[in-house]
Amino acid sequence: MAKVSMTVNGKAASGEVEGRTLLSSFLRDTLGLTGTHVGCDTSQCGACVVHVDGKAVKSCTMLAQEADGSDVATIEGQANADGSLNVIQQAFQDHHGLQCGFCTPGMVMSAAALLKDNPKPTEAEIREYLEGNLCRCTGYHNIIKAILAASGQDVSAIAAE
Amino acid sequence: MYEFEFVKPATVGEAVAALAEEDAQALGGGQTLIPTLKQRLAMPSRLVSLSGITEMQGISDSGGVLTIGGAATHAAVAAGAASYPALAELASHIGDPAVRNRGTIGGSLANNDPAACYPAAALGSGATIVTNSREIEADDYFQGLFETALEEGEIITAVRFPVPEKANYQKFVQPASRFALVGVFVARFADGVRVAVTGASEEGVFRWREAEAALSANFAPDALDGLSVDAEGMIADLHGSKEYRAHLVAVMTKRAVAAAG
Repeated sequence: MAKVSMTVNGKAASGEVEGRTLLSSFLRDTLGLTGTHVGCDTSQCGACVVHVDGKAVKSCTMLAQEADGSDVATIEGQANADGSLNVIQQAFQDHHGLQCGFCTPGMVMSAAALLKDNPKPTEAEIREYLEGNLCRCTGYHNIIKAILAASGQDVSAIAAE
Repeated sequence: MYEFEFVKPATVGEAVAALAEEDAQALGGGQTLIPTLKQRLAMPSRLVSLSGITEMQGISDSGGVLTIGGAATHAAVAAGAASYPALAELASHIGDPAVRNRGTIGGSLANNDPAACYPAAALGSGATIVTNSREIEADDYFQGLFETALEEGEIITAVRFPVPEKANYQKFVQPASRFALVGVFVARFADGVRVAVTGASEEGVFRWREAEAALSANFAPDALDGLSVDAEGMIADLHGSKEYRAHLVAVMTKRAVAAAG
């Protein structure tokens, strides 16, 4: 066992891990941050996306010890300081960008990473960026719409589905 | 996963020493290795992470040669290889954004997946694979399915790409995995054209010499009219037959030449 320490959602966090402990396991099992979901566990579905030092990664395909000393952001840290939903989360609610909600933590974290680098993405850019995030409910349409809306772009012309 | 010891050295020298232990294995970005370990297809005693080695991170450009550190991520290459746009473009379409933030060029080349993109760029550019102990020409480096010239414990510290006059990579994406069903990298240098094909052959990445000769004489899509690769030896699976892949090789080569201008 080895000790890892990192900043998670702005707070210091540490724990004992094995060599094989995944970042997703450390977040969920050690820190109790179960908002990060493990869907496929084969780095395809993206439900486990978190940010490590500002970059979106699949936490089920990164060892916890690789994140030692890093700044990690998860879905639990996304809400505004007063507890209200942030602009991306609110847009997902407003535009019905989720149904069962299982993929949503990863979708929101990927959307946040996209909008940080590209504040006004086109629909095509959003669709390409979400290649690694699978949703089995929505057909993606309203997810795309929510992210367009969260970026401050007019989505009134896009039909509700 | 079976349990292993994890170490994260800060220098190439320390990494080489750590890899000297029996059953030690280098870890690049882990985007292939970690899924492999999860399936218990490998049982290393120790993983030696290369992600903490600063000297393997950089991207530098001098005298028409682009040198990329072995631990540079696909995202870093996509953003930092401005002097070689075809390579930056290739890197920007590997996997998905989260995979590109972890996966590395050294890891991809060391693994030599027969459907990976980087082997086509390295072979198509005539790149030099630089390791902790020697330099290997791309033509000598790729030796078949998941086989390379790397010795046990040898680390790719950098890859040197001569920047061509024109180049382009065309990938026919296998939509579920985003690997290349067939990918073709075409590069035109002053002394001739190189064409490297990934995803198609049971032997892994290969040069299509017939197309190289035709394109060296006339760098235009028409120059490939009538040329084809033999379907024998192509990969056949549920995504495409041997004949389909052989056909795609010619189509993607033409598209790459047209796009390279």
